Amino acid sequence: MAAPLTLVLIVAVTIRAVLFNSSLAELISERVEVVSPLNAWKRVVEGLALLDLGVSPYSGDVFHETPLIIYLFHFVIDYADIVFMIADGITAVALYLAVQDYNKGVFRKQKYALEADRYPHDCLELIRTPKEMYYIPLKVALFYLLNPFTILSCVAKSTCGLNNAVIALFILSTIKGSALLSAIFLALATYQSIYPLTLCVPALLFLLQRLYIPVNVRRPSFWLFTMQYAFMFLGSLSVIVCLSFFLLSSWDFIPSVYGFILSVPDLTPNIGLFWYFFAEMFEHFRLFFICVFQINVFFYTIPLSIKLKEHPVFLIFMQIAIISIFKSYPTVGDIALYMAFLPLWSHLYRFLRNIFLVSCVLLACSALFPVLWHLWIYAGSANSNFYYAITLLFNVGQILLVSDYFYAYLRREHHLTHGLYLKRRDGSEATLVLK
Amino acid sequence: MGLLSDPNRRRALTNLLTRLNTPLCVVCYLAGVAWFMGLAFEPFTLRTYMSENAMGSTMVEEKFGSGERALATAREFAAHKKKADGMPVDWLVKAMQSRGLEVFTQSFSRTLPFPDENKERYMVHGTNVYGILRAPRGPRTEALVLSAPCSPGNSNNQAVGLLLGLAQYFRGQIYWAKDIIFLVNEHDLIGMQAWLEGYHHTNTTGMSWTPLHGRAGSIQAAMSLELSSDVVTSLDLVLEGLNGQLPNLDLANLFYAFCQKIGVLCTIQGKLQRNDWDTSSGYNHAVQTMLLMVLKQASGRPWGDHGLFLRYHIEAVSVRGINSFRQYKTDATTIGKLLEGMFRKLNNLLERLHQSYFFYLLPSLSRFVSIGYYMPAFGLLTLILLLRLGSLASGTEDGLAEGEQASSTGVLSVLTPVVISHLTGMALFMLPVLSQETAVEHFPVSETEAVVLTAIAIYTAGLALPHNTHRVLTGEGTEQGWRVLKLVAVLYMAVLLGCTALINFSLGFILALTLVPIAAFVTPHMPRVLYAFLMVALSPGFTLLYCVFLYQELQEAPVSLLDGWNIFLSVISQGILDHSLYGSLVYPLLSLFIYPCWLLLWNILFWK
Repeated sequence: MAAPLTLVLIVAVTIRAVLFNSSLAELISERVEVVSPLNAWKRVVEGLALLDLGVSPYSGDVFHETPLIIYLFHFVIDYADIVFMIADGITAVALYLAVQDYNKGVFRKQKYALEADRYPHDCLELIRTPKEMYYIPLKVALFYLLNPFTILSCVAKSTCGLNNAVIALFILSTIKGSALLSAIFLALATYQSIYPLTLCVPALLFLLQRLYIPVNVRRPSFWLFTMQYAFMFLGSLSVIVCLSFFLLSSWDFIPSVYGFILSVPDLTPNIGLFWYFFAEMFEHFRLFFICVFQINVFFYTIPLSIKLKEHPVFLIFMQIAIISIFKSYPTVGDIALYMAFLPLWSHLYRFLRNIFLVSCVLLACSALFPVLWHLWIYAGSANSNFYYAITLLFNVGQILLVSDYFYAYLRREHHLTHGLYLKRRDGSEATLVLK
Repeated sequence: MGLLSDPNRRRALTNLLTRLNTPLCVVCYLAGVAWFMGLAFEPFTLRTYMSENAMGSTMVEEKFGSGERALATAREFAAHKKKADGMPVDWLVKAMQSRGLEVFTQSFSRTLPFPDENKERYMVHGTNVYGILRAPRGPRTEALVLSAPCSPGNSNNQAVGLLLGLAQYFRGQIYWAKDIIFLVNEHDLIGMQAWLEGYHHTNTTGMSWTPLHGRAGSIQAAMSLELSSDVVTSLDLVLEGLNGQLPNLDLANLFYAFCQKIGVLCTIQGKLQRNDWDTSSGYNHAVQTMLLMVLKQASGRPWGDHGLFLRYHIEAVSVRGINSFRQYKTDATTIGKLLEGMFRKLNNLLERLHQSYFFYLLPSLSRFVSIGYYMPAFGLLTLILLLRLGSLASGTEDGLAEGEQASSTGVLSVLTPVVISHLTGMALFMLPVLSQETAVEHFPVSETEAVVLTAIAIYTAGLALPHNTHRVLTGEGTEQGWRVLKLVAVLYMAVLLGCTALINFSLGFILALTLVPIAAFVTPHMPRVLYAFLMVALSPGFTLLYCVFLYQELQEAPVSLLDGWNIFLSVISQGILDHSLYGSLVYPLLSLFIYPCWLLLWNILFWK
C-alpha cells in the first residue's frame, strides 16, 4: 500500500510545485476564500519583518498568527513553499495511518459482534468487507491531497495547512492510543486556533473506550483517566503558552491572536457567516451576538458527544466539520480537512439522501464565489448582499452535508440493532423519518 | 425540511418530475423564450427615472453659445491633422494651453498579435493629449472626463472642435467642484487603454506607454463624444462596454432628460423611440432595439471609447452624432448646451453614481427592463438543465446500485473525454495566434486569415475526437458511462451558463438558447446523422454566425451569404484581438469552457 501513497504524494507535490511557480500563485494568495486575516501569508511576512526590526510583531494590528509560527518561519522563511508542501504531506500520511488503524479496529469489533451473533440476520448486507475497506486509507489521503481546496490553500501559503497538519497528528496519536502525544497535539491545535478545544471530548471518549473504561461518572477509574488527560492537556498548553511568552517576552499575543479570533474585529468578507452579520449589526448588540455566535461553535459538543459517545471517531469528524463551518475566519483549507474524511464513511452511501443535491450546491457555490466577488469589487455592479447570499448557500450546503452524514450514521447503527427491513406493528413495511 | 427528510414525499415528487420531465422541459424552454420576447412589450417594462438626488432636483441654465467658433476650430484641427498626417500634437497642445488648461501628453506604442485588417493597423504608435481644468471650488479630489477620438480621415473633427470650444467656455465658469479632463485620444480604444492604464498605474495588457505627468482626482464619470458633421439629426447613446458591462442607468437617464429638455432627437442603437407600443410594428421596433442591445452586449467588446472606463469603476457613455436625411437638424451650439448641462449635473454629484441600476436592458431610451425582470427568462432555461440533472441523477443512482464493480472503469471513461475536450479547448485558445507564422509560410494567406482559419480548423477537428480518442482508450462505452458523462456535462453547463449570465446576461442567454436544447435531449440512441447535423447547427460557432446575420438584419443592412461569411471571419479575428488588446473575456470563455462543454455532449452522441 505504500507505493500508491507515494505516487499520490508525488502527484500532489508536482501539482503544487507547478502552481507555486506559475503566475496563478499570486492571484490565489489574494483570494478571500483561501486566506483569512488570521492565516494570510502576507501578514506572516509582515510580522517577520517587524520581528527582524526588533518591534513586537503584533504592533500594528496586521499579524495575528501565534508566536511559534512566526519563530518557525523565522528559520525557514526561504523554504516556505517546501514547508507548506511538507505540512500537506504530513497531514495526508497521518490521516492515512490513522484511518488504517481505525479500520482495523472497526473490523475487529465487527468480527466479535458477528461471532457473538449480535447483528440481526437481515443485516448481512450492511456488514463491511475487508475488500471494500482496503482502499479507504488511500482514498482519504487522495481526497486530502488532490482536493482543489487543499491545493489552493497550500499554494496561497495559508497557515491553515499547518493547523490541519497538527490536527491530523492529533487524530493519529489518539487512534494509536498514545494519551500523552494526543494531549500535546491537541494543546498545539488549541494554541493555534482555540476551536479544536472541543476535540478533547472525542479524544477522551476514544481513549477510554480503548482502555475499556466505561463512561460512568460514579467510577473512580473514569475520573482518574479524565483527570490524567486533562492534566496532560492543560500542562502542555501552559508550557506552550509560557514558551511563547519567553520567545517574545510579552503577553501581546494573547489579545492579538485569541482576542482577534473571539471578538472578530476584522470583517473582511470570507466564506463564513460572521462578517456580513457583524458589519450590519448595531454596535450595542455586538457583544451579545458575538457571544451567541461563539457559543454556537462550542455548544454542539454536548449533544453530539452524548449521542455519539460510542463512536468517537465519527464525533471527531462532526466536530471538525462544525468548527470549519461556524468558526470566525473560515477558509477553504478548513473545509478540505473534514472533506478528507468522507471516503471513510463511504459505507453510509446507501443511507445518504441529499448527497447529490448538496454536492451540486457546493460545486456551484465554489464557482460563483469568484464571479460575485468580481461583480462586487471590480465591476461595482453587484454589492455585498450578492456575495453573502452565496456564502449563506455554501454554508447551508455544508450543514446539510454534515447532517446528512450524521443521519446516515445513526440510521445504520439503528438498522444494525433492529434489523434492516423494519416492519410496522401491522406488518407493513415501515420507513424511518427524521423529524 | 419536510421535503428533504420525508422519504415518501420525496419519492412522490421524484416520480412526478421523472414522468413529466420532457413536457416540462419543452414548456420551460417556450416559456423562457416567450418571457424574453415579452420584455420588449411596453406595459411589462418600467419607465426610467432619475434615482440620484444630486442630479435630479437642481436646475441648470445652459449658456454655451459659441458653437460656430467650435466648428471653426474643428476646421482648423482638420487642416492641421491633414498636414501632420495623424494627431497634430503641437497644435493641440497649443490650442489647449491657449484655453487655459494644464496640458500633458502621453505617447504609447503597441504591437498587435496579428494585423487588424478592419482598421488596418499592426504596429501602433500614438500620442494622447489631455488638458486638465482645475476646479476653482472644491478640494480637487474628483474629476470628470470629456474625450474625443482623433480618428483617421475626415471623421470626428467636429467632436474635437466642440471639445475645445467647451474647454474654453468651462474655463470661464466658477462653479466647477470637480476637475475636468479634456482628452483627445489617438487610435481610439488603444489610446484610451494606454491613457487609463497610465492614469491608474496598472498594466494589464502589456502595452508600453509613458507615464502621465499630470493627474486630477479620482474620475467619477466620463463621456466620449463622436461627431463627424456640422449639424446632426439625432444623438445616439452608446452604453455597452467591455465584457458587456453597462454604466449606471442614471447616466442614460441624465442624457435622456437633457435631450427632452433641450429638444434634441435622441436614439439608442440608432433607433428612435416610438409611441405606438400597442401596434405590432411598434412592438417590433422595441424588440429590434432590445435585440440589438442584447447582441452588442453579448459580443463583450466596447462599442465606443467609453467602454474601457467601466473596468475602472467609472461610469461612462459615448454620445455619437448621427446625420441622416431627416429634416430635423441640431447645430453644434445645441449639442454644446446639452453637454454643458450634463457636466454641470455631474459636477453636483456627491458620491459615485450608484443609486440606479447596473443590470438592465433598454427596449427604448425611456423604458428599461431590470435584472429582476429579465433573469426569469434565463432562469426558465436553466431550470431545464436542473430538471434533466434531477432525472439523470435518480437514473444513475439506480444504475450504480446494480453494478458497483464498474465504477472504477466508469471514472476513467468519463474523465478521458473531459480532459481531452479541455485540451482541445486549450488548443483553440492558444494555437491560432501562436501558429500564424507557420501557417503563413505554408499557405497563401495573410496573417489575419491564418489566425481565423486555424481557429476554424481546430474547431472542426474537435468534431473528430470521439471517434479517435475515447474508443481507443476505453473501448465500447457502457450505458452507465454515458449517463454519468451526461450528468457531468449538464452540471458543468448549468454552472458555466449561470456564471456567464451573472457577468454578461446577454451572452449567457444567447448561449443558453442554443446549448440547453442539446444538453437536454442528447443521448446515444438517436438517429445519428440527423442529430449530428442538428448539434453542429446549434454549436457555439454557428451561434456566432447566426448572431452576425441577425445583427445585420436588425441594422437594416441585410447581407448576402458570402458577405455574411466574411463578416463572420472578421468577427472572429476581432474577438481574438479584443482579448489580447483589452482583456475581453468572450474568446477565452468560448474556447476554454463553452466549446469543451459542447464537445462533451458531442461525445455522448457518438458514445457507441
